[in-house]
Amino acid sequence: MLTFNQNGIYCAQADVYIDPWKPVDNAIITHAHSDHARWGMKKYLAHIHAAPVMRYRLGQDINVQTVDYNQPITINGVQISLHPAGHIWGSAQVRLEYKGEIWVVSGDYKLGEDGISVPFEPIRCHHFITESTFGLPVYNFPDPATVHHDINDWWRKNREEGKNSVILGYALGKAQRIHKHLDPSIGNIYTHGAVDNVNKLYEAAIEPLPYARRIDSSINPKDIKGDIIIAPPSAENTPWLRKLQPYKLGICSGWMQLRGTRRRRGADRGFVLSDHADWGQLNTAIKQTGAEHIYVTHGYKSVYAKWLQDAYGLNATEVETLYTGEQLDEPETTGGEDAGI
Amino acid sequence: MRAFSELFTRIDQTTSTNEKIDALADYFEHADPKDAIWCVALLTGKTPKRTIKSGELRDWCAEVSGTPVWLLEESYHVVGDLAETISLLLKGSDGETSHALHEVINSLVALENKTDEQRKAYITGMWRQLGRQELFVFNKLITGGFRMGVSDKITIKALAKRYSIDENIVAHRLTGNWQANETVLDSLMSATDDAADISRPYPFYLAYALETAPEELGDVKDWQIERKMDGIRGQIIVRDHQLFVWSRGEDLLTEKFIEFEPLAKLLPSGTVIDGEIIPAKDENFLPFHVMQTRIGRKNVTKKSLMEAPLVMVCYDLLEHDGVDIRHLSLMQRRELLVQLIETVKEKEANIPLWLSPVLICQNWEEVAEQRLKSREYNCEGLMLKRKDSEYKTGRRRGDWWKWKVDPLSIDGVLIYGQRGHGRRADLYTDFTFAVWDGDELVPFAKAYSGLTDKELLEVDRWIKKHTTDKFGPVRSVTPELVFEIGFEGINASSRHKSGVALRFPRILRWRKDKPAKEANTKADLMDILRVYGGLYDVS
Repeated sequence: MLTFNQNGIYCAQADVYIDPWKPVDNAIITHAHSDHARWGMKKYLAHIHAAPVMRYRLGQDINVQTVDYNQPITINGVQISLHPAGHIWGSAQVRLEYKGEIWVVSGDYKLGEDGISVPFEPIRCHHFITESTFGLPVYNFPDPATVHHDINDWWRKNREEGKNSVILGYALGKAQRIHKHLDPSIGNIYTHGAVDNVNKLYEAAIEPLPYARRIDSSINPKDIKGDIIIAPPSAENTPWLRKLQPYKLGICSGWMQLRGTRRRRGADRGFVLSDHADWGQLNTAIKQTGAEHIYVTHGYKSVYAKWLQDAYGLNATEVETLYTGEQLDEPETTGGEDAGI
Repeated sequence: MRAFSELFTRIDQTTSTNEKIDALADYFEHADPKDAIWCVALLTGKTPKRTIKSGELRDWCAEVSGTPVWLLEESYHVVGDLAETISLLLKGSDGETSHALHEVINSLVALENKTDEQRKAYITGMWRQLGRQELFVFNKLITGGFRMGVSDKITIKALAKRYSIDENIVAHRLTGNWQANETVLDSLMSATDDAADISRPYPFYLAYALETAPEELGDVKDWQIERKMDGIRGQIIVRDHQLFVWSRGEDLLTEKFIEFEPLAKLLPSGTVIDGEIIPAKDENFLPFHVMQTRIGRKNVTKKSLMEAPLVMVCYDLLEHDGVDIRHLSLMQRRELLVQLIETVKEKEANIPLWLSPVLICQNWEEVAEQRLKSREYNCEGLMLKRKDSEYKTGRRRGDWWKWKVDPLSIDGVLIYGQRGHGRRADLYTDFTFAVWDGDELVPFAKAYSGLTDKELLEVDRWIKKHTTDKFGPVRSVTPELVFEIGFEGINASSRHKSGVALRFPRILRWRKDKPAKEANTKADLMDILRVYGGLYDVS
């Protein structure tokens, strides 16, 4: 029912694309990160919590129809519904059913609770399209609760040494996740403007976050002492950041699992915190779908597809897309202002 | 080993040099002394003998973790470090262990004489017990190359802090022939037994590359100008009528250089000379690779003694009549060196010690002209040393500068990319370059260095998008990108497809202005070979 063409993942029966990378008429968007929600579609369909971010980033005048999870709509006989993907708030898997055949496009996803998004829901299907950002067995992410605990300990220790703590993460998703788990009894929380803008959307749509101040012209950087600052990766090596010295730099990313990437980034601390599935989660999710046909997109495609064939005897193929997954270094082409990590 | 892994974690979690020094100094103070000395040994490159092969580790890890070998290989290419790959695949236990670092190292060394079953049982047994961080340290002990982001300089500073002694003294006490199992750190760092190791060399004084126009160094008359030889920097030591020859890499090479044997009798006891060991014949220096063929061999044959007889070109005198004279000025040391060599030559004219010639230049223009002649002498460039400089420890700015000749260069097309290691893991940063031979591209050099981090990322992304074929960790790419490759020397080689072997190839710049068709040709390489090539085939 679905095919992959030069524009994206296409359903001919419903004449709709999922996360297309070229302008098309009808687009269903799994989530609002810039490699999945792109500019120029005539009509968008997205989850109610993804739409505000898309309007903020792609323009208030875009044409978006919103639906909640598990709220099927039918287009030319194809029943289409969104289901939680657990990647970021408002992220969805797209389920399409036509004449008994079921496909699921999972976009980006992870298993488990992150405190800010509805957890991933396994859906039985025949055809499953999966990412493979961390599709190698060396990626075994630690329990996120431990990581949040480490972040707070790190902040406390830096504060004792009279230093600020600057923590870098994607403005959309990662930043709210970090923010929500900070312990405000340690000190003040500050945000970069790009983070604050998204936080406001989160708070309007979902719930308040711990009190934080946006660093703008009203704030004297000298008054920030022993506090934590949440910023997007693009803030690294900017004059904006230098004003917050002395500080320690922490980076939150699944790539921080590898010592080489940690050292290359030159951060003081790398926290292994990802919004993508690790090796174990990928395998669990795929087994739970019961799908026979697996299409492996962005990540370690060929290796992961071979593993699915060898280990589980699945009909797994790799598919070229323009999705980038979790980026450690500044990507070449993205529209969002949170380019980086 | 827990304290040592905690030290490792502490160092790994900071980019601040001072914090690394503090962590090390703490460890040296509180650790079991037998562990502390091993820590110093590991950090200064005195790694224990390796007793387990990579292949064995891979097979056992595949078995224990239930990972297919091909998947383990793929993971290794991404991680770029086998020890780390294995620790990530095994995950580690939550339990606590109480193995001391020195015991673990001794157990590993003792595996050499054990049966395959015993070896496997020990390694996999440890794997099951250790926590993740300990696992990584344990695997690093097996595979060697334990760097942990700490340079010799940091280790020296930490020891200086711990023992409240001068860094130069620490550096000196760390040199030489001590063995971790037979040494106590406290005594190694205490002044009383300095005489214990008569083979001990002095830390080498190293120069930085000249950073300014030479005119800014002031009056040329204040500087001693010498040629920068292209050989092995070393120290010849005679103490108690015994001879020791050290390389700068702190390898004791006395046995390899049998030409120097007579010096034990000819040089007075209590002599340390700093110089360059280099092949020379009939008053001429031979290219470096002539000696390379000889260093690798276990036994020095008569033929190689005839073909590549070695001499030391003497730069400096560090110990005279048993007294450390490094604090004297270069002028004074040079005078003593000249006297010494002349006295010895009177006894035996044909000794393998040559004085490094001092070039007489009236002004910096003449110095520049001499520099341009470097290749004619098989030299790398010039050394500029302030005449009143003392002999310092390690690499220092100010008094000594090296002024190398510009590298030779050629424009090559990028044809293969391979993933790097360490901090370049998961990035395609090891490149193979080719020149045109008609319509065909012939690989002629591999290069890893020379691009900025930003350029590396750009090339990495380009490679990922322009891959035409993959084999293992290597990708072949569409031949589009052109880079200027610099190198120090060139020799004919029947082992290489291009017919040449380059010395120290590296990327000078990315020629974004040039299409692939305009890269250089094999004929251009041959022209360079004719003009600058060595006389010998290195095959």
